Amino acid sequence: MTLQIEHVTKKFGDFVAVRDLTMTVQQGSMYGFLGANGAGKTTTFRMILGLLDTTEGSITWKGKPITYANSSHIGYLPEERGLYPKMKVEDQLVYLGQLRGMKKSDAKIASNDWLERFEVPHYANKKVEELSKGNQQKIQLIASLVHKPSLIILDEPFSGLDPVNVEMLKKAILDIQLEGATIVFSSHRMDHVEELCEQLCIMHHGEAIVSGSLRDVKRGFGRQNVRIKADFDLSSLGELDGVNSFKPSIEGGLFQISEERTAHELLRTALTKGDIRYFAIEEPSLQDIFIEKVGKEHA
Amino acid sequence: MRDFWTIFKQSFWTKAKTKSFVITTMIVVAGIFLMANLSSIISKVQEVGVFGDGKEKDTIYVLDESGSLMGQLQQQLDAKDSGLTLKATTESIQELEKQVTDEEITSFLVLLLNDTDTIQATYTSKNANAIEQPITLREALQTVQTNLKANSLKLTGEEVAQLFVPIQFEQDAVSASSKSEEELSQARGLVYVLIFVIYFAVFYYSNMIAMEVATEKSSRVMEIIISSVSPVKHMFAKISGVGTLGLLQIALFGLIGFVALKTSSSDLTSGVFSFFGFSNVSITTMIFAVVFFLLGYFLYATLAALLGSLVSRTEDVQQLLLPMTFIIIIASFIAFSGLGNPEASYVTVASYFPFFTPLVMFLRVGMLELPFWEPVLGIVILLITIFILGWFGSRVYRGGVLMYGASQSLKDIKKAIQLGKK
Repeated sequence: MTLQIEHVTKKFGDFVAVRDLTMTVQQGSMYGFLGANGAGKTTTFRMILGLLDTTEGSITWKGKPITYANSSHIGYLPEERGLYPKMKVEDQLVYLGQLRGMKKSDAKIASNDWLERFEVPHYANKKVEELSKGNQQKIQLIASLVHKPSLIILDEPFSGLDPVNVEMLKKAILDIQLEGATIVFSSHRMDHVEELCEQLCIMHHGEAIVSGSLRDVKRGFGRQNVRIKADFDLSSLGELDGVNSFKPSIEGGLFQISEERTAHELLRTALTKGDIRYFAIEEPSLQDIFIEKVGKEHA
Repeated sequence: MRDFWTIFKQSFWTKAKTKSFVITTMIVVAGIFLMANLSSIISKVQEVGVFGDGKEKDTIYVLDESGSLMGQLQQQLDAKDSGLTLKATTESIQELEKQVTDEEITSFLVLLLNDTDTIQATYTSKNANAIEQPITLREALQTVQTNLKANSLKLTGEEVAQLFVPIQFEQDAVSASSKSEEELSQARGLVYVLIFVIYFAVFYYSNMIAMEVATEKSSRVMEIIISSVSPVKHMFAKISGVGTLGLLQIALFGLIGFVALKTSSSDLTSGVFSFFGFSNVSITTMIFAVVFFLLGYFLYATLAALLGSLVSRTEDVQQLLLPMTFIIIIASFIAFSGLGNPEASYVTVASYFPFFTPLVMFLRVGMLELPFWEPVLGIVILLITIFILGWFGSRVYRGGVLMYGASQSLKDIKKAIQLGKK
């Protein structure tokens, strides 16, 4: 009962868009896809949806490949927003719902429920082109959710939204997950992935360079940050064995270390020099991992 | 199958409800009514005197220097129901010419008899483009002249009648496929109109398809749609939806035209309508018109959908459609030129080329008595082509709709097939 991607490779002529990608998304979980532009995220999504065939490997959902026969269980929010600009919001949602196998009357009820939930019921009879970008995005998200899909693929769901709307959409996505849906989404925003996903993968030039649960990824990164605040100069601590780098700040400094015992060593040494006001071992942020792995030019 | 109908209905209704479609339909309907009633409208307007500026347009001033001709001429005009009234005048020619120049009168006629009792008439109007009046006058005067001469020769009315017995002249054609000249000119008008309708409809609706596809692609809604239903189903549902709309629109025009002609005061069997052969509409021709419209539409709409799927922006549609547009235009040239000579060998050859068949084969069916197998063969070739194009088109379409980029040329077809390869 999972989304299983096994040794998938996709080539366009000589160009390899995705290389030997393997991942498992457990049912009911939220999976984050990170990667710079052109890393192969959208190609992977299109293969999951069955829009493109894999060159090698297989993709299955609940043990079966995704085809038009089971497309009614799939929800998709493409990266480039796509709605009929001249069609009314409600008509549009009903039409797209019907294409996903809903009855017209059910689609109508569900659409209006969702418009209510996103606090935009008054847009039902407006044309999409009349709405602001943020509101169009809400409509777009509703279009991918209206038929109660069990697998939802969201390509950059939060791009171009103001913080209030980001929170509203995040909450909606979390609610759907609690209702049992499996969600795969991609983002440039590390903090969103960090906040929402139990599992993630970072893609670079078509390869998954990091993948697994958030905790494993962070542990596996093998680096931690130690932040110390003190009234004396900490730069001499940077010379200790096991400290990879030291960044001084106004109140103290940030040490990057590879092993946890170095942190204890740092604390002991620091206490011999004076009073410490603050000491913390911080996990690396996804941002750090991403920059380290993908390279600074894509950050 | 439910998806098919959903898309079918959607593409039908969204097009049917657009303002441009509704307005175009209404304008054409109004145009049909106007055309059907044109002659009565013109005569109404003339009665009111808008064109005549209140002048007595049908009154001709006559300077009768013979003194006897005017009465006889008026008799002849009345006998012919010409509606023209003669009014004697004694003013000089110069005076009359001045009045015509000043538009006080429309025309005048100078009559005199020379010493051999031959009528010499001079008709003067402001411009030389007055046609109807001088012809009527001339015919009437000819009769007057004949009567005069007959009188002086002492011929009885019967003898005169015998002199003017019309000969029997008929044109016949030996070729088995050709229709008689009478049938041909009757068929020509109807076929002309129907070729035009097919040409225009195929052109208009396939353009609509290409625009639809390009719009869906450029607004990126395509990606959602083809993740729900297969692109092939989507393409054919859309083509069928718009095609049905087109057929209904043309049927509406046909019905309106029929009603307009029936209710108008114009006589269906005379004048312009009989020239167009509407008094004797051939059912077979109409059936073939519908068949060739549908086949032509499916052929070109499939091609248009294929081409529409290649562009990323609607602005680029026309450019890519250009080759297709040329083919339709060439087909119409052949068809229209074939109206004059439907048996020409280039017409026969062209009628089997599938992209020309809808227009050119229709022309031949309408104008000639073809053996049954000829149009059927054309239709079969056309069906096979549509099938191949549909198969090929759906492959291009599947990849084309996923393809975005600046380039938009026919080379993209190869790229699209590669992308859509299953």
